[in-house]
Amino acid sequence: MSTATAPRPTAPAPEAAKAKPPRKKRHKGHETDGVFAPTMMTRIGLGFVALLSVFPLYWMLVIASRTTSDASGFPPALLPGGNLGEHVRAVFSHPEADLLLGLRNSFIITGTVTLSVVLISTLGGFAFAKLKFRGSKILMGTVLFSMMVPLQQLGIVPLYMIMVELEWLDTLQAVILPFLVNGFGIFLMRQYCQQAVPDEIIEAARIDGASTFGIWWRIVLPALRPAMVVLGLLTFMLNWNEFLWPFMVLSDQNPTIQLAIRQASTAMFSADMSLVFTCTLISIIPIAILFVVFGRQIVHGIMEGSGK
Amino acid sequence: MTTQNTAPRLSWRERLTRFDVKAAPYALVSPYFILFSVFGLIPLGYTLYASMHQWKIGNPERTFVGLDNYTFLLTTYDRFNWSVVNTLGMFVMATVPQIVCALMVANALNKRLRRPLLWRMLILAPIVTSVIAVGVIFARIWGNEYGMVNGALELMGLEGVNWQGGRLQSWFAISSMVDWRWMGYNALIFLAAMQTIPKNLYEAATVDGASSRQQFWKITVPQLKPILIFTVFVSSVGGMTLFAEPLMFAPGAGQLGGGSNGQFQTTTMVLVDILRTHGNFGIAAAAGWLLFLVIGVVAAINFLVVNRIQGNK
Repeated sequence: MSTATAPRPTAPAPEAAKAKPPRKKRHKGHETDGVFAPTMMTRIGLGFVALLSVFPLYWMLVIASRTTSDASGFPPALLPGGNLGEHVRAVFSHPEADLLLGLRNSFIITGTVTLSVVLISTLGGFAFAKLKFRGSKILMGTVLFSMMVPLQQLGIVPLYMIMVELEWLDTLQAVILPFLVNGFGIFLMRQYCQQAVPDEIIEAARIDGASTFGIWWRIVLPALRPAMVVLGLLTFMLNWNEFLWPFMVLSDQNPTIQLAIRQASTAMFSADMSLVFTCTLISIIPIAILFVVFGRQIVHGIMEGSGK
Repeated sequence: MTTQNTAPRLSWRERLTRFDVKAAPYALVSPYFILFSVFGLIPLGYTLYASMHQWKIGNPERTFVGLDNYTFLLTTYDRFNWSVVNTLGMFVMATVPQIVCALMVANALNKRLRRPLLWRMLILAPIVTSVIAVGVIFARIWGNEYGMVNGALELMGLEGVNWQGGRLQSWFAISSMVDWRWMGYNALIFLAAMQTIPKNLYEAATVDGASSRQQFWKITVPQLKPILIFTVFVSSVGGMTLFAEPLMFAPGAGQLGGGSNGQFQTTTMVLVDILRTHGNFGIAAAAGWLLFLVIGVVAAINFLVVNRIQGNK
């Protein structure tokens, strides 16, 4: 089974039963559920918001594929031009923009963090969802607390001090280590595990002599696969776009993709807008591909993993 | 009570199983808690210690100074107090319209639309961008010389605005970046909560002759109170630690000063400036704790405000 199998939505708690009316009756029953019937204003309003959401992204493509003077005119150019290939070649060989190194570093950092967060979250989520142990309530409370409190923000001062002491500034492990775990992951996996893994199966496996670790490996992990995809996607997106901490510990000589773009936009600011936009476009492509391919999972993950 | 006393004849295999049942849960949660302690909790305590010392980079000497670092920030270092004002201002300017918009969008998405997934993805699309990308794009939209907004204003015969120039206009522009990126995300969270509201509440209200607008304010919004509290809390934390948007908004993209007079310098920018530019660990740690306190106060106030939403439950 590939990871692309359509996942069930994470943790559909009983009260989360979809309030959506059955789809087939779309054009009937206007009287009874009038509140859920879209009016003209709904469609226009939503269309307008969707346009606002997508336009800056589209406009980035427009400017990246045209000349800088097009970008500066008013009214602005609204259709893509034909210079994209040339710009891409230019930015990859541009001395001020270390895009390749940035992409490489970002893939290493984000890949490691995502793998670690997903694995550690399945371990903890399984324990909190299915195993009884002393102190589990307090420990879970700590996890929830860590989701709410910006420890990373507060922690940047001492973490930075530690990295200075260890002489780890400008190394990738300095960026990776503080992000290896996250409370949201544990929470999401616990929610999903509660309903995806029946207690009876675990009991049966125990009677058959399976160890806890064996149960995790052979029963829990396969059952959690859809949630792992969702968590992996969200973690990847979040860490790909992380800026503050890499900015603190890395230099412009060893940047993540975000730092490389900031550097490029500082160096080429207003001199060559279309090149800056090309860099930005390149930085977004990995996430954009994930978003288009796994849109359903991402939407579900955000909707089901939120609050409650 | 150990198992050995009560059941001395257990085979080693059974004992292993018992040990496994007892100890394995801790083993499973330990990676999280070890890493969380090392990179989350311990630094927190360390910050408190550092904040009470005079402590600079490259200087092993630390002198205990009590609360001097705090008083320095609050009374002497004007930039710090102004940064709190700026951060609060941008937070309010960004969050209020964002939540109202997200509620309205979620309400629209909750209707029976064709292709619901497509609509949701369109609304969520800004999340693919990084703050840096948003900064690059929006610098062009709010730019003084060739900016889209100023271009439009001039076309209408109005004078262009110097968006970086003053507090209010720069806050407004920066808020637009935050809102553009996060509105859709919040709308989806609200939508998830809206789908759990029992439909019969609406049916009853429709029978009683309530308009859909009345139903939105009298049923939907009060029912969303828990998720509103959650979202406002998360937004308070995010808003009060705003950093990259104002950083990118400065001309030349990347000045920690936040404009010519620090008009859009946020507290995190001040903190990073103290830490990285000046290498002053003690004062940066104190700034971190003060920021933490401000976040706590803001979150508490927000909780009280949102908690006042009343509904006929």
